Amino acid sequence: MRDGFSEMMMEKPSRQRSLRPGMGEEGLGTNSDIGVRLRALYGSVQDESIPDRLLDLLEQLDTIELQQAKNAARSE
Amino acid sequence: MPQEANDRLENQPSFKREMLATLPSLRAFAVSLTGKHDKADDLVQDTIMKAWAKQSSFELGTNIKAWLFTILRNEFYSQMRKRGREVQDSDGVFTERLAVHPSQYGSMDLKDFKKALDALPDDQREAVILIGASGFSYEEAAEICKCAVGTMKSRVSRARTRLQDLLQVSGEADYGPDALSAQVTSQTQTV
Repeated sequence: MRDGFSEMMMEKPSRQRSLRPGMGEEGLGTNSDIGVRLRALYGSVQDESIPDRLLDLLEQLDTIELQQAKNAARSE
Repeated sequence: MPQEANDRLENQPSFKREMLATLPSLRAFAVSLTGKHDKADDLVQDTIMKAWAKQSSFELGTNIKAWLFTILRNEFYSQMRKRGREVQDSDGVFTERLAVHPSQYGSMDLKDFKKALDALPDDQREAVILIGASGFSYEEAAEICKCAVGTMKSRVSRARTRLQDLLQVSGEADYGPDALSAQVTSQTQTV
């Protein structure tokens, strides 16, 4: 599960971002000093690994749901 | 149960998977709101629970990121209202991380930038982060913050002007290695 997770976490070049015409004009685009630092700051947190307790929680919620779905399917 | 039914369940587009992919950005936004990593993680945890409980109201394949950011932001402000002003013990946005890794970005001094960001009014900081870092459009950000698109634009614009004033930089990429470090050394770092 972790492997799939880290794969997903790989920063993909965001198509959305490059399609955003307003950002450059507003001074937050790729050539803007403020934009660059804003993203560096945000990115420094974004690049951290997700704490286990959050991953475990998601895993638990998913397991419970899957089990409930299977039970429901069985009783059909 | 029949293997077929089992496969069908396992191969469903996964709500969990979509949430996982959004967590890093969601968490960064939470840190920007709370100013602390432990509080941010609590907030993300509450958001996961909330989102899971109301996942039937979410359509897989649509914008889960904006949906989760909205839930997290609502949760943050509702907790703040409940706790009154007690939340103001924050060390400021992104503090802990930067205290640990001060020089990760070399000459581009983020500590200085962080201080400037902290000096912004909450709504402007939030706006500039959603647009400039989280990667939302003005329309999406306006929906997340429940304000008009024009309001969002003006918040971002004011935030940018304010940040430029505070940092004494132009909007263009003219940052030399020492353009900002001079300012930093002249300030007493209390962080």
